Amino acid sequence: MSLRNNQAVLLATAASVLLVAGLALALFWAPEDADQGFSQRIFYVHVPIALTAYACFGWAAWKALRLLWTREPRYDLESYTAVHMGVIFGILTLVTGSIWAKISWGVWWTWSERQLTLFLVLFLFYCAYFMLRFSVESGPRRANLSAVYALFGVALIPVSFLAIRLAENFIHPVVFTRDGPQMSGSMFLVFCVCLAAMLGLFASLYTNELTGKRLDARLRELREAVE
Amino acid sequence: MTYFADVAALARKDILLELRSRDTLPAMLLFVVSALVVFHFSLPSDASVTASTGLLWIALLFTALLGLGRAFTAEREQRVLDGLVLAPCDRSAIWLAKSLGVLVFLGVAEAVALPAYALFFEPVGWELVAAVLLADLGLAAVGTLLAAMAAASRARELLLPLLFLPLVIPVVVGGVGATVADDPGRYLGFLVLYDLIFAILSWASFEYVVAE
Amino acid sequence: MTTSEKYVTAAYLVVLGVVLLYVILYSFKLSRLEREVAELTELAQRRRAA
Repeated sequence: MSLRNNQAVLLATAASVLLVAGLALALFWAPEDADQGFSQRIFYVHVPIALTAYACFGWAAWKALRLLWTREPRYDLESYTAVHMGVIFGILTLVTGSIWAKISWGVWWTWSERQLTLFLVLFLFYCAYFMLRFSVESGPRRANLSAVYALFGVALIPVSFLAIRLAENFIHPVVFTRDGPQMSGSMFLVFCVCLAAMLGLFASLYTNELTGKRLDARLRELREAVE
Repeated sequence: MTYFADVAALARKDILLELRSRDTLPAMLLFVVSALVVFHFSLPSDASVTASTGLLWIALLFTALLGLGRAFTAEREQRVLDGLVLAPCDRSAIWLAKSLGVLVFLGVAEAVALPAYALFFEPVGWELVAAVLLADLGLAAVGTLLAAMAAASRARELLLPLLFLPLVIPVVVGGVGATVADDPGRYLGFLVLYDLIFAILSWASFEYVVAE
Repeated sequence: MTTSEKYVTAAYLVVLGVVLLYVILYSFKLSRLEREVAELTELAQRRRAA
């Protein structure tokens, strides 16, 4: 038990250090972008968060697969927590993406930003995941349904992305474009630090959340044993 | 080969039940025609061809939802699903049989919807028919699995649309794209991809959805 | 600060805000867990005494 505690503390420390370092680097050290100027720096917070959200959903799908494979109930909690984290990071992606759209093009939302549209679809999908969990009694049935749904989510990511790309041809003309990240070496370094920071944040929050949920479950068992 | 015999038997049962009770299919037919009429009134006069195509696809989606909502009610009300699951057949056969049934219902509904659309709005080309047929496969595959999930929950009718709509967005894109774009082949190919991926996924995971 | 700088700062602050909000919500949960453990310990001790 104490080993797990140490792991959690270590993760939290590493994540905090990386986050502060990443923030400082992104705001002060990273070179200014030629076209977009200071506002390009939002890239260092938006894209790592988006990638971390994908990582969350991928992790959730992996745990879901393990559940269906081994039928061990602990994977249900782990998968659920990962989806929970993924939705939080997803909301952050949508908010930071919206702010970036406002800076770049003056509008709070644009359908021509593929990443944003994909996240909206995924956000809807995983919100439905919670609706599913809330309307089924807890137990192996709910665990199985959630696991299958989480797997469908991961299959949906590439298919939706492809769909959104195809849809651009007839939805409306692509008015807003942004150059892909032709990053210089130092920009890439800052990006990597920020990405590591966000992944570390996910790992840390995930571990804490999982511990909390497990404690909840064990307290419930204790209560039933004592009363 | 008993697998396909099981599938055929189950599918036949569903279709026969529907032919006798006649509740789901007439509702789907009436719904899709009513929806098309409503769309006529909701589209401004200068609406493009693309707009009416999009609305046709929405009508088809919601007609599918209507049919899917009823897909497992008979089993649930009569507690037949437990019996089916205990029966010595592969659980995925249940999914295949149900999907075939849903496919048939969708096909019949579209046999009415497409001529109605051609009458009310504009002529239907081969790309639209091909897209509708391909889309039906994906909708039936995914919809049957999700209907089984929703049937296991407390909030059945509420839950199914929530689970269904995000997953079928790619189908809408493929369908509308095939109808309006210059190069329908790409979109039809995409629909085939969607059907393959999600049919295999649904087939493989159905037994976890109905098992206890 | 120019407008774009304000927005960039806002984005970073939003992220920070969400993380801090999570910490606050979590501390509520922790205090609830502490309370439950205390309750259960008392119950168990009463049980043992009886």
